[in-house]
Amino acid sequence: MIKALLARFKQGYRTMEFPSPELKLPHRGLGVPLVKPQGLERAASACPYGAISAGAGPALDLGRCVFCGACAAAAPEAVEFTRDYKVCASSREDLKAGGRDYQRAEALGEELRSMFGRSFRLRQVSAGGCGACEADCNVLQTPAWDLGRFGIQFVASPRHADGLLVTGPVTRNMELALRKTYDAMPEPKVVIACGACAIGGGPYAGHEECVGLPADMPVSLYIPGCPPHPLSILDGLLRLIGRVD
Amino acid sequence: MKVDHLSGFDFAATDLDPVLFFDTAASRLSAGGRALAYFALPEGAGHRLVMAVGFDREGRLEVYSTAFSGPFRALTPSFPQVHLFEREIYEQAGMKPEGHPWLKPVRFNTPGASPGAADYFTVHGSQVHEVAVGPVHAGVIEPGHFRFQCHGEKVFHLEIMLGYQHRGAERRFIGGPDARSLHYAETLAGDTTIGHGWAYCGAVEALAGVNVPPRAQALRGIMLELERLANHTGDLGALAGDAAFLPTAAFNGRLRGEFLNMTALVCGNRFGRNLLRPGGVNFDLDPALIKELKLRLADAYRDVETAVTLLWDTASVTDRFEETGVVPKAAAEGIGLVGPAARASGVGIDTRRNFPSGPYEGFTMSVSGSGDVYSRAYVRWLEIQKSVELVDNWLDSLPAGPLAADCGPLRPDGAAVSLVEGWRGQICHFALTGPDGKFRHYKIVDPSFHNWQGLALALRNGEISDFPLCNKSFNLSYCGRDL
Repeated sequence: MIKALLARFKQGYRTMEFPSPELKLPHRGLGVPLVKPQGLERAASACPYGAISAGAGPALDLGRCVFCGACAAAAPEAVEFTRDYKVCASSREDLKAGGRDYQRAEALGEELRSMFGRSFRLRQVSAGGCGACEADCNVLQTPAWDLGRFGIQFVASPRHADGLLVTGPVTRNMELALRKTYDAMPEPKVVIACGACAIGGGPYAGHEECVGLPADMPVSLYIPGCPPHPLSILDGLLRLIGRVD
Repeated sequence: MKVDHLSGFDFAATDLDPVLFFDTAASRLSAGGRALAYFALPEGAGHRLVMAVGFDREGRLEVYSTAFSGPFRALTPSFPQVHLFEREIYEQAGMKPEGHPWLKPVRFNTPGASPGAADYFTVHGSQVHEVAVGPVHAGVIEPGHFRFQCHGEKVFHLEIMLGYQHRGAERRFIGGPDARSLHYAETLAGDTTIGHGWAYCGAVEALAGVNVPPRAQALRGIMLELERLANHTGDLGALAGDAAFLPTAAFNGRLRGEFLNMTALVCGNRFGRNLLRPGGVNFDLDPALIKELKLRLADAYRDVETAVTLLWDTASVTDRFEETGVVPKAAAEGIGLVGPAARASGVGIDTRRNFPSGPYEGFTMSVSGSGDVYSRAYVRWLEIQKSVELVDNWLDSLPAGPLAADCGPLRPDGAAVSLVEGWRGQICHFALTGPDGKFRHYKIVDPSFHNWQGLALALRNGEISDFPLCNKSFNLSYCGRDL
């Protein structure tokens, strides 16, 4: 017992302040990109996922992006990734980073916010993918991030959940389990697509083995990334329930 | 045919006639060989069976193949280590291994197949009951379906059904390498990004005949060991949590992140995405970054040591770990376990020592154990210490020179075997090229492919309540197996 207490003392207090103005992705990290029209064709042809549209309405679609940085390497004058981790968005269209300021996720409506704002329970379903998004969701439950202090918690039963957080491209083999989980959740409920796979298939875009999120599970929050940094996930969740703006 | 690790070879030279192929395979496996890969390669209207055998102690690799269609002689009854390979051949190529005890689907990716809707191994008896869990589990983890065949609390057998994570990654390598190939490799198992990424790069480099510069090799080594450190640290924390010992669970949850953050410091991504490229690496370390990494490594290790030592000093933990989920050495060898799980059962194999390449030349480490949860935990602690030593040394003596060599076209009609000791164990990538120098086939064997059966064995005669502990002690990949 003494040893455990001593160890606790040595480990110290480790919970980070969030949000905090100093927080940024690591210096080689890839966050919200700045996109300029010059040279964007070259960036577009370097992207293996067709995430970049040059020409009229130039944009980088973060819903398709796996953040490999190939575009910025091919055409640094056209695409520059900042260290801004606030990449989440409320609609599929808002994920397109172009000339204007990036449109970050907005909070749920007044009624839902009054229900979920101070107590938000999530059922996570891993539906294909590589397990990295899951790992960075799990990390939010460690003392360093302490998700619980914001009133957010991952729960075991869908019956206890307010939100469904989906990771992975939704494989055919997980389609039914995802559906059953969603159906088991009480109304009202929200869906969160976490990671490139859940949003648009990610590295597996176009695979016949994957079906994607069904249209009748409307998504309230998109968190792009491959995988998203825990900062991005936490920021997204807090924006959704109106705890940061 | 004997082949060299990480060296392209002429695939046609591996051809044997069918009778000789099966006899050779059986005699090599009974001589102590381990099947690294065994698969059916489409060829013309039929198939070609290909087997790679490894002799770990001698560091020897052999590859055999034979043109074959239709039913073939199953090796599983004599060599259980190939059971899943033969089931996979049946599922992918429709060739039936005659004499295989049970051809349960592997990934349920054939028309009409659906995981969960299949025959299970069941135990019958008036007081026998079955407990089913998954595919959606209580925590934030990957999907799989488990059925415990029990009598009271005693588990006769654990039936594991996977395939939910099958997303068709493996077959997308065919026709490559292209701009997406490396991303596929990096996401075969997200927590093994460097391991699989390196195995892929190794296969490409072997077929292109490229020598990776020493600086790039050392940087790869640093990142692979950081990956091991992060995962082993996380696993020890999770094991502590399942023994209801919260101090280490909490400490290690944070400390795992310290290693991931060191990885992100080098390449921008906590899992090591974008670090590798065929021919070398994309990111360098300058003196300031080396100093920072050394500082962080020392800090993190000091805290890991405090946290993990608590485990061995706490009677309630050791009592829970000891003699739980035992996989005896003979069983571990029989089913072909790899990685820390094999070493914990006394099977002293480690790719870093048996098939050393790059920075691992001269690597030595000997670990052993009695095959229980305690051993699988303790082996991780020994490996953490070794990895810290390796990373620290490499940071001190990073060779000068370029970060990458140019990687040209791949040799036509060639093949290469690339092995990497990922944190879960040996990763095997077997690449074959066609006459155009493009991948004609690409076979991936994640360590979990071998080890899932080990978890089933660990549960035999245990209790349902041992499952979380046993599961964490293996911590296998669903996506790496399902591909």
